[in-house]
Amino acid sequence: MTAKPVQLRTPLGEEVLSLHAGDHVELSGVVYTARDEAHLRMQKDGIPFDPKGAVIYHCGPVIQDKRVVAAGPTTSARMNELSGFLIDKGVRALIGKGGMGTRVLGQLKNKGVYLAFTGGCAALAADRMKLKGVFFEDLGMAEAVWVFELDRLPLVVGIDSHGNDIFGDVSKHAEAEFGRYKKS
Amino acid sequence: MKSTDQTRIHEALADATFRAYREAVIRLPPDVLRVIEKAAASETSPVARGEFANILQNITMAEKLGVPMCQDTGVPVVYLTLPPEIPLTKELYDAVADGVRRATKEVPLRPNVVDPLTRHNTNDNTGLGMPAIHVKPGEKFTVTVLPKGAGAENMSRIGMLLPSQVSQIEKFVIETVYLAGSRPCPPIVIGVGIGGTFDGAAALAKEALLQPLDQMTEYERGILAAVNRLGIGPMGLGGDTTALAVKVKTAGCHTASLPVAVNIQCWANRHATVEVKP
Repeated sequence: MTAKPVQLRTPLGEEVLSLHAGDHVELSGVVYTARDEAHLRMQKDGIPFDPKGAVIYHCGPVIQDKRVVAAGPTTSARMNELSGFLIDKGVRALIGKGGMGTRVLGQLKNKGVYLAFTGGCAALAADRMKLKGVFFEDLGMAEAVWVFELDRLPLVVGIDSHGNDIFGDVSKHAEAEFGRYKKS
Repeated sequence: MKSTDQTRIHEALADATFRAYREAVIRLPPDVLRVIEKAAASETSPVARGEFANILQNITMAEKLGVPMCQDTGVPVVYLTLPPEIPLTKELYDAVADGVRRATKEVPLRPNVVDPLTRHNTNDNTGLGMPAIHVKPGEKFTVTVLPKGAGAENMSRIGMLLPSQVSQIEKFVIETVYLAGSRPCPPIVIGVGIGGTFDGAAALAKEALLQPLDQMTEYERGILAAVNRLGIGPMGLGGDTTALAVKVKTAGCHTASLPVAVNIQCWANRHATVEVKP
């Protein structure tokens, strides 16, 4: 059976450095959604919240009447080249799906973690989130920075601060396995 | 002027389309749920077991809250069966589109349909040729809605293999899954269309997704086992379950051709069928 999930609460600090790839965690507290457009805006105009110990969620939610209707994760790899400045300013965790590139792996070293949330789990997410505010609403519903308060969102450490990357290991295994077919 | 009959058919079909769409995005078909539960029970990777726990809890929450299980509520792919007494008219297409518009507003669905070049969003999930409607003759008047999300659809491929490459079909399927990696939200369902024509193979691959997932042939089970050896696992985090099922549909083809289409579907193999009663 799986070990009990580690309980985390924002703002995050050095406790993230003791997490290991494959650990299950439950995250409570405040997270900020950001997709491509929000990252570009924050690079240009600055980060509209205190980035120290903050958590970024790669998500384009459906919001209706100031309520979170559906809020599953989006593909994190699109933010591969856009995340460094956030980690430099003190962001301790990125949440999304599918993992991130080797550049982010290096940027997270001794600083923070990448937490994977299950793709398509929009109803579960909405059940564990409350809407607290919004920045850059002019970017539209999917691209704005929404402030969510989480209540024990179930996540798994995909990339830890020691350079371990589950997604990278899985890709290597799949490549080797497919390699056997390529020869046939 | 529409006849009373026409009005009755229009209203009944629009209503049935609305109900099928709502059902499809909120509740998974029993055979799909069964293969997810079975895979969850036999999965050995602790990380993958956690992903399955989230997926199963999400399915429960969607039903309890009456909300879509995923924020990508897809584009409407619709299958109609028409009994002999229902003529195929443009009216039927309009009725299905009305049902889609109503579902978009009332469920609600995310407006996903855009013009392919200008990218202008119609905001009601209809457009030129959308909903995509497929018609066949049958005994009963039914409408099936298969909402197709983009993450998985984008990973689909078609290959015009050589007639001598029948033994390479499995490799083509595995290559498709390998190239997709974590992006289609695995564990996936794989629809394979073999034969027919270039366009026909793709249609077969999508129709294959509607077949019962817990009844697989020897051939389908063989491809499934090979796919699962890739070890991509739920969400690309590794594990025994990269795919839940492989379903194959075939059609006669040219002696000089071997079209093979692979339609990838995420774990949420959503579809629902409602009988239309005018």
